[in-house]
Amino acid sequence: MSQETIQVDALESEAIYIFREVVAQFEKPVLLFSGGKDSITLVRLAQKAFYPAKIPFPLMHIDTGHNFPETIEFRDRLVKELGVELIVRDVQDNIDSGKVKEETGRYASRNMLQTETLLDAIEEFGFDACIGGARRDEEKARAKERIFSVRDDFGQWDEKNQRPEVFDMLNGRIDLGQNVRVFPISNWTELDVWSYIENEKIEIPSIYFAHKRKTFVRDGMIWSADDEVVYRDEEEEVVERMVRFRTVGDMSCTAAVLSDAVDIVKVVEEIRDSSISERGARIDDKRSEAAMEKRKQQGYF
Amino acid sequence: MKVLKIATAGSVDDGKSTLIGRILYDTKSLTDDKLEAIEEKSRQRGFDYLDFSLATDGLVAEREQGITIDVAHIYFSTRKKSFIIADTPGHIEYTRNMVTGASTAQASIVLIDARNGVVEQTYRHFFINNLLRIKDVVIAVNKMDLVDFSEEKFNQIKGEIEYLASKSEYKGQNLTFIPLSALKGDNVVDKSENMDWYQGETLMHHLERLDADDINDESQTRFPVQTVIRPKTEEYHDYRGYAGKIYGGDFAVGDEVTVLPSLTKSKIKSINFFDKEYQKAKRGSSVTITLADNVNVSRGDMLVKVDEQPTIAKQLDATICWMDKEPLQASQKYYIKHGVNDAQAKIMQLNSIIKTDFSGIEESPSALELNQIGDIQLKLSRPLSFDAYKDNKSNGSFILINPKTNNTVGVGFINPPNPQRGN
Repeated sequence: MSQETIQVDALESEAIYIFREVVAQFEKPVLLFSGGKDSITLVRLAQKAFYPAKIPFPLMHIDTGHNFPETIEFRDRLVKELGVELIVRDVQDNIDSGKVKEETGRYASRNMLQTETLLDAIEEFGFDACIGGARRDEEKARAKERIFSVRDDFGQWDEKNQRPEVFDMLNGRIDLGQNVRVFPISNWTELDVWSYIENEKIEIPSIYFAHKRKTFVRDGMIWSADDEVVYRDEEEEVVERMVRFRTVGDMSCTAAVLSDAVDIVKVVEEIRDSSISERGARIDDKRSEAAMEKRKQQGYF
Repeated sequence: MKVLKIATAGSVDDGKSTLIGRILYDTKSLTDDKLEAIEEKSRQRGFDYLDFSLATDGLVAEREQGITIDVAHIYFSTRKKSFIIADTPGHIEYTRNMVTGASTAQASIVLIDARNGVVEQTYRHFFINNLLRIKDVVIAVNKMDLVDFSEEKFNQIKGEIEYLASKSEYKGQNLTFIPLSALKGDNVVDKSENMDWYQGETLMHHLERLDADDINDESQTRFPVQTVIRPKTEEYHDYRGYAGKIYGGDFAVGDEVTVLPSLTKSKIKSINFFDKEYQKAKRGSSVTITLADNVNVSRGDMLVKVDEQPTIAKQLDATICWMDKEPLQASQKYYIKHGVNDAQAKIMQLNSIIKTDFSGIEESPSALELNQIGDIQLKLSRPLSFDAYKDNKSNGSFILINPKTNNTVGVGFINPPNPQRGN
């Protein structure tokens, strides 16, 4: 046995506490897993919360079909290692059945369409708590999100009527048909997440590190030209650049940044010195100043 | 790195959002894209200066009305420390949000408009800071540029607050007075060139120096069990781990503990965090504890060192802040959530409404309305193990939940047991 004294870091301790509350208060929780660094961090925290038992809920991926292949490959490997159940629901299914209409044109993205697939899956499995990796520092509307955020049947967020959250106490009481979105790393910043990944030596998909990629530039942002998913005008010239991604959302709305950060130490350094916000490379937030708030009211994560 | 949680409070137009925006700007925490958005919006609206409040007012209704209506959390770091600021609204109808934002704060900033001085809202904010027993309170006298940086004006406000503080029951509070201009940047991060008479620190220097201590720093050992971990695998066949977060004190392997409320005694066999074992765990840590004996422990039970028992009772006295439109009335029933523990609670008595302007109490009122604060007596459906709020913030607070709506309707701060009633 170690003779050491443990002082768990405040943010990590809080996240573990939240995970344990979810399992104690809900019947059917699920962890929404995108393959991104935030949901990978959630998985590590969930492991820590219940060790030596396995993570006591499944992971679910709402697949836009436009994911970076590296992310999917990583996801499947992680799930196998952990021995947890993975549920995948495809946005493509709703497009094929005509339930949702795919956007077309220059800024077409499937990001918005995820909401419908997510709500269907929540209903299909009867999930009462969906754990997600959203953080308050990401975006202004998210800064007002609770840790336990109650949603109705339509997944709607009633931002003016949120339950007060005092001290550590989390009120998970809901009516039939309601569900709760849970955000264990609400109080983490992007830098906190990256530092945690570095300290814990957590493996993440390769697209987070600088690599050579065929890209083109539009509106001052760098887009991947590797795949036909991203719409490109013919006159938009494809150039190979050294880039990495700061988020791994849908390829059609996730821009790359020029970078030579080839490993985690360099990435953390880069984030520390960065002058562009994380979601600055997400075109979906730029549609209007209230873009995120509107999507959240409609049930977006 | 340690994280300091700070609550902010101020009346409408005291410039709270502007102050936070200014802090973010002067600490270089605003990224280029966010700054560009603020510059563009300010230009569009025809302002002569950058409207930093645009950095924090996140909801559409807020931007339309130019006010803050819900708690927003803002994150930034300097070289020395990480900070979380809860930007809480100044409107009278949103007191519940202020209590929410301030509940886990180690420090708070109360803004005062130098032109208006101490107003009714200031009393309320100061009162809530005292009720919550926030250790470090900064009185930021803002808009000093609009009163010609007058030392006299500043001292007058300082005097009024010091008089208020003398009436407060909580004496452990450190008060710091700083004259500043959030809009112009005087004494926020950089020292003002307009107030030679002020020899103290700038706001940021002061905040960087404060301790980010655990809010239950001076408490006895408290370990409420959140969930029991039973892996049921070959390797961990008989493992029963009690998972929870330590709310006060330190626990070590070999410590003799009492399980509450059953009063069963045992010894700590191991302290686990993830795949490692430790000899000792400090307050604030979410860990898993195993016991030497096969005793009955489940969610809501509490482990404490044998000679450090809290009160175990089926009734309690508390000061409550009401947060719901439907008022609290005597004889009503609610769910009580005390830490991770649940029970039913009946309001036996609504003793008084406490005036937040320090003017006294109203005895035997008929109801407690939204945003009012009062003293109540509760009867519980089963015994809870609690402390007075002044001894342990986490184990001395609770929320009430309306069983019809499931909404959190009030937050309570437990008062020391009343010897006359013998509980």
